[in-house]
This record gives sequence, C-alpha cells and structure tokens, in this order.
Amino acid sequence: MFNFHYRLERNAMGLVLAIIVVASIGGLIEIAPLFTIDETVEDAPDMRVYTPLELAGRNIYIREGCYACHSQMIRTLRDEVERYGPYSLAVESKYDHPMLWGSKRTGPDIARLGGKYSNEWHVAHLYNPRDLVPESKMPAYRWLLRNSLEIDDLGEHLAAMRAVGVPYTDEMIENATADAYGQANPDSGQAAGVAERYGDATNVSLFDGKPETLTEMDAVVAYLQILGRLTDAARQAEQAKVE
Amino acid sequence: MVAQLTALERTYAAIILVVVICVGVAMAVVGRGDLLAVHGWIVAAYGMAVMVVLLRGIDASEPWEERFREYYDDPTRVGIILSLIWGVIAMAVGVWVAALLAWPDLTFDAAWASFGRLRPVHTSGVIFGFGGNALIATSFHVLQRTTRARLPDQLSPWFVLLGYNLFCVMAATGYFMGMTQSKEYAEPEWYADLWLVVVWVVYFLIYIRTLARRREPHIYVANWYYMAFILVVAILHIVNNLAVPVSIGHAKSYALFSGVQDAMTQWWYGHNAVAFFLTAGFLGMLYYYLPKRAGRPIYSYRMSIISFWGITFMYMWAGSHHLHYTALPHWVQTLGMVFSLVLLVPSWASAGNALLTLNGAWHKVRDDAVLRFMMLAAIFYGIATFEGSFMAIRAVNSLSHYTDWTVGHVHAGALGWVAMITFGSLYALVPWMWKRPALYSAKLVEVHFWLALSGTVVYVFSMWNSGIIQGLMWRTYDQNGTLAYSFLDTLVAMHPYYIARTFGGLLFLAGAVVAFYNVWMTISRPAPIDEGAAADLPVEPPAPRAWAQAGE
Ligand code: HEM
Ligand code: HEM
Repeated sequence: MFNFHYRLERNAMGLVLAIIVVASIGGLIEIAPLFTIDETVEDAPDMRVYTPLELAGRNIYIREGCYACHSQMIRTLRDEVERYGPYSLAVESKYDHPMLWGSKRTGPDIARLGGKYSNEWHVAHLYNPRDLVPESKMPAYRWLLRNSLEIDDLGEHLAAMRAVGVPYTDEMIENATADAYGQANPDSGQAAGVAERYGDATNVSLFDGKPETLTEMDAVVAYLQILGRLTDAARQAEQAKVE
Repeated sequence: MVAQLTALERTYAAIILVVVICVGVAMAVVGRGDLLAVHGWIVAAYGMAVMVVLLRGIDASEPWEERFREYYDDPTRVGIILSLIWGVIAMAVGVWVAALLAWPDLTFDAAWASFGRLRPVHTSGVIFGFGGNALIATSFHVLQRTTRARLPDQLSPWFVLLGYNLFCVMAATGYFMGMTQSKEYAEPEWYADLWLVVVWVVYFLIYIRTLARRREPHIYVANWYYMAFILVVAILHIVNNLAVPVSIGHAKSYALFSGVQDAMTQWWYGHNAVAFFLTAGFLGMLYYYLPKRAGRPIYSYRMSIISFWGITFMYMWAGSHHLHYTALPHWVQTLGMVFSLVLLVPSWASAGNALLTLNGAWHKVRDDAVLRFMMLAAIFYGIATFEGSFMAIRAVNSLSHYTDWTVGHVHAGALGWVAMITFGSLYALVPWMWKRPALYSAKLVEVHFWLALSGTVVYVFSMWNSGIIQGLMWRTYDQNGTLAYSFLDTLVAMHPYYIARTFGGLLFLAGAVVAFYNVWMTISRPAPIDEGAAADLPVEPPAPRAWAQAGE
C-alpha cells in the first residue's frame, strides 16, 4: 500500500483523479438516493404553494437573516414536540427553495408559528420585540413598516420557482402582482382572486393594519402566519399515532 | 509589482480588466432597479482601481529572464496583508455580533446593521477573507518551495488573488444590502458563485502547471492537502449553489433543490467546507510551516498518508450529523454518525503527527511564540475534532444541536485551530517574504499568543456553559411531567455567558490587531538594529541584497 502511494505521489494527475474519486463516493451514496427513494418525502395531497405575498415575505425573512436564529425543524424528541408542536415532516418543506431548517436557536423554533399570534402582535413584535418580551434578544425591524413592498416582478419570481419544480400555474404567474396586493387588502377587488387560486383557507387580511400602503411588514407577517399550515400532514400523522 | 509582469502579461491584464469593467457596467445596466446594479458598479469600480495600478506601472522595464531562477512571491506578500486586513475587520464584526446577543439594542435603526446581516459578514469575512487569503498566499509559497519550481507565469496568480478578493467583496457588501441565498457559508448569489468558479479553475491550473514543472520527483504532503482543498471545494461549491435566478437582471435566485434534499446537500457542503476549507487547506500549512519552524522533519510519513486519505474519504459522509432527529431519513443520519466517529482516527493521526514532530524541539516551543502558535493549533485541532466526533453521536447531538455548544465547538476549531495556525504560519512567513532577519518584535508575538489563548479559552468555555445549560433546560420536566422552563428562562440564564463571550472575543481581536501592527512594522522598517526584542534571534545586518534591486 505504501509502495503504491510512493508511486502515486509522483504523478500529479493521478493524485488529482484519486482525490476526486475518493471524495465523491460519500456524497453520491448519501444524496442521490434521496431523489429516488419514494419514502423520503411523504405524500400530502392538501399541500398548497406559497402565495406571492407569502413568497415575498419569505424572501425578506431570508434577506434579514432570520434563519440564523430561528429553526424551522422540530425534531422527533419528546420535549420539542411538547414545546413546539408535531415534529416536522419532509413534505412540509417540499416547496422550500432553499429549505430554512436552520442550525441555531437563538430564538425559538417557528415551524408551527402560523396562527399562534395575531397579526397585531407580530407587527408590534417586529417593530420592537422588547416592547412585548423584555428579555428578547431579537433585533427591532422597524424598517419593515417604512419600506413599501416591491410586487411588480413577483410573476417572474413565481416563474423561477416553477422552473425549479414548484407547481405554479400560468394563471398564478400572470396574477402574481394583483394577488399580492389583494391578499393584504381584503376590501379590494383583487382579494377574491387570491382565494380562488390558493384556496379558501388562505389568510386574506390587513396584515400591517394599514390599508393605504403595501409594506414589507405585510409580506413578512403573511409569511409568518402560514408557517406550518401549508399542509395538515404533520397534525394528521400525530393524530393517527394517538388513535 | 507591475514591473514583474512581462509586456505580454500586462496586455492580457489590461484586457481582462476591460472585460471585468464591461461586465460590471453590463450588470449595472441589466440590473437597473435591482440591487444587482449596485454590485455591477462595485465590480466596475474594483476593475478600475486595479487598472489604475496597472497603468501606473505599465511603462516599467520588463523583468529579466533571470527571474526564472527566483520564486515569484509578490502575490503571496499581498495575500498576507489582505488576509490580516480581512481578519481584523471580520473579527471586529464578530465582537459586534457577540455584543448584540448580550445587548440587542447596541446598533442603529438601519437594516444593514442588524444581527442577521452582520453575522454572515463575520462568518464569510473570517472564513473566506481571512482564512481564504491566507490559504492562497501560503499555497503559492509552499507550492514553489516544495516543487523547487517557479509559478508558471506572473499573471494568473494575480488573477486568482484579486479575483478571489472581488468575490469576498461582493459577498460582504451583498450581506449588508440583504443579498443572500441563506445557505450557511454559501450565501453569495449566483453571479458571484459563477465568478468564483472561474477563479477557482485558474487556481487549479496554476497548481497543476507548477507541479508539472517540478524538480522534485515526489509531491510533498502539504500539496496533497492544498490540492484536496482546491478540488473538493470546487465540487462542493458547484453542487450546493445550483440555482435558477429570477432573471439575469435580478440578484435573487431560487435554489434548485428543496426541502430534505436541499438540507442534505447544504450540510454535505457545510460540513465539508469545514473539512476542506477550514481543515485540509490549513493542514497543508501545518505540514509545511511547523516542521520548517521546528527544524525537524515530519514525524511519520505513513501517518500522513493514512490521515490524508482518511480525511478525504470519510469527511464527505459525515455531513448528515447536522441533521440528527430531523426529517432526513434515518439511514442517512446513521451513516453520518458512524463516519464521524471513525473520522477521529485520521484527525488525531494528523494532530499527533504534528505534535510528535515537535518531540525533541520542546525547548524551541518554549522560547519561540511563533512555533507555540503552531503547537497550540495542533492541540486545538485535536480538541475540536474530538468534540466534533462526540457531538456527532445522535444522543449527544440531541442536546447540543441548536444551542451554543455548537458555537463553542465552531470557535474551538476556528479560533484555536484555524486562526492559530494561520497566525503562526504568517509570522514565520513574513520575515522570509520581506527578507527581514526577524519580525519587528518577538515580544509582541508573545503578547499576541497570550491574548489569543486567553480569548479562545474564555470564548469556548462560556459557550460550552451557555449551550449545555440551555440544552438541559429545554428538556427538563417538573414533577407534574410538564416542561419546567420557558424559552425565555433559558435566555436569562445564558445572558452572563454572552457577556463573557464578548469579552473573550475582544481579547482575541486585540491579538489580531497586535499581529497586524507587528507585521506592518516589520515590513515598513528596514530592520531593528539594536532592539532587545530581536536579540534572542540570530540577527543579520540588514545589508542591501540582490532582491532589493530586482525592482520590487
Ligand atoms: C474575535 C473573534 C470572534 C468573535 C467575537 C466571534 C463571534 C461570533 C459570534 C457572536 C457568532 C454568532 C453565534 C450565534 O449566532 O449564536 C459567530 C459565528 C461564527 N463564527 Fe465567529 N467569532 C470570532 C472569530 C471567528 C473566527 C476566527 C472564525 C473562523 C475562522 C469564526 C467563525 C465563525 C463561524 C463559522 C460561525 C457560525 C457558527 C454557526 O453557524 O454555528 N469566528 N462568531
Ligand atoms: C472530526 C472532526 C469533526 C467532526 C466529526 C465535527 C462534527 C460536528 C458536529 C456534530 C457539529 C454540530 C452539528 C449540529 O448539531 O448542527 C459540528 C458543527 C460545526 N463544526 Fe465541526 N466537527 C469536526 C471538526 C471541526 C473542525 C476542525 C472545525 C474547524 C473550524 C469545525 C467547524 C464546525 C462548524 C463551523 C460547525 C457549525 C456548522 C453550523 O451549524 O453552521 N468542525 N461539527
């Protein structure tokens, strides 16, 4: 073996090839099957895609680096399930390009945040977390209320998401901008289309409380309210286990 | 510096810069109304700044043919300085980030100054800015010395060094503006990623072309590691960054993979960024500078072989230990755990090989703080890998994951291993590169050593405490069988440790500033003539020598 190596060391290209081959094996064996083995991702027929407004909110969540402190992955441990809710299933992040599972909980897990607090709570909390939670370490995101939301190009965003495999329809892509507006303005003419395309359960609301403007706050709160609610699969799985 | 380029190379350099400037302007035009335009202007400005330097030297006389009898070290010199600048800046951001976790309002009401945007500036700044520049600079030096061949040309090393720094600038400025893919350690957007691929291919070609011209039959161990670093980082970078941009006028892109596949790809990348960026490259440094400084050959050639191939093979399986108890299939988690445990063998073989090399030179370790930096690095390498293998056990990870224990482990590796071996190697390298008999001050190296060691110890111990306390509180039940502590209770318990960590970081940062000052004084002053600081090292008279006439 050492004699073989003694020769290998004299051959630069041999060494290069050996490194590539030896290093590729692990990734190939662990990653490639995840795309082909069916059991990897559960079925969830009720799973819906993000609305344009929620997607815009998700992009702001990424932009601000929220994922650095909040995980969205409840592990299969008793205390986590009791603290945060049913453990996360693979299917729940099926439309997450990229996933935001996170690796550090400076703040709590938020995989099941949707519906837990009111919109008003979220707006006040994002404006200054320490007004509501004095011990909180979270930054204040005041500019979310100041910045108006960019919605003109949301159709292109949806199209890009479709290119990576998310089933957005032509209609959704065409109406992306109007739907984003409508979801945050329940009284507007555009609101009806949102429920039509994304389902009646979609949260159509004055997220930041202000009808005049569409702000980044609207988008972020819409996103936070959908966390864990794209599908009911995790709750059903837990129910099934109890019964 | 331009004087070292041939006329033809100067022409090529000008062409490349014109292309870079044009690409920058094109980005600015197609990215109108998007942040991409800002990056376009940054690229163009960067290209123009380098162009100014080039044009100012364009008329200098050409280098003589004799240059091939010398090594080409200009890029290494610049790389050393860039590395230290990035180091000081990024560690200062680290201290700021640490302070924000203790006192969250210690910032401005501005988006760029919030924790989530500063944190990747810190991580990319230290890993890629500080670590990456040090790797490039030392790899050029080691490559030439161990092959006894000069770099193949004068232009491509500059392309790699300056092109790489353009990538780092795009990364850091992008985070401030909120441009990120969110993938840890792979945050820069698609266009920056594409650019890095170009730079990296040239980097690889320099390596292989120099090796082809080597005058030593055998390729030295350090080069195996540098090569593994270059090759595997290329593979990881390309696969993990596959994405579809919203349009060519948008900086934003959507990752090709989603959910569980994306998670596995990301942590296959993430863990091997640790393995091949933060470990393999720096082991290359260790294998050259430590034996050199100690004046002793590497203890065991066979141990080097075993640890090299062990690391190259097994690390690539271990990424799934970042995903224990998640929605990742169980069999992948188990594979990750098993390989992480076995990984301890080659890791300790490397650390042991380094320490055994010092056997017989302990008196040097005692007297020479530079060598002591390297020894300490090997020890921390051993500690961090032991800890890592331990944390990869599923049951242990259930406690450590998501807590500051991970952050403690990261910095045991990052401060104790990566930064220490870098400082040690750069201290050894600087006098050679600038032809000085010694560093400006050996005392300051000593001061730096103790600042770095105490900073690391304070940092790591406070994070171990904070992490383990939090992990235990999360899973504590009271007599009624309900969870005993709220999430907020854990924050209150961790607060003192966050203050301690900030203090430890401050010590470490102070050490880095001292290093920068010391290197700067070494370069800018001819040589200390009669200062006590240099007296414990052999002082040669600073006579003008051939190198001084070579137009440097
Ligand atoms: C002055 C010294 C330093 C200080 C004060 C510091 C501080 C910090 C802080 C506060 C965080 C964020 C932790 C969190 O989110 O809870 C962090 C993360 C990180 N730092 Fe540092 N750091 C320092 C030096 C370094 C160096 C030299 C390196 C690498 C060579 C490094 C690599 C990292 C990495 C990889 C992370 C991300 C950890 C993770 O995601 O788990 N740091 N650092
Ligand atoms: C045998 C070697 C090693 C093993 C098996 C190992 C294992 C681990 C494990 C189990 C984690 C925690 C994952 C989690 O729960 O999220 C981790 C995180 C980490 N380790 Fe290591 N480690 C090793 C060596 C090193 C070294 C030498 C460094 C050098 C700096 C390092 C840097 C990191 C970083 C940066 C992270 C944080 C990743 C993140 O969450 O962002 N590791 N490692």
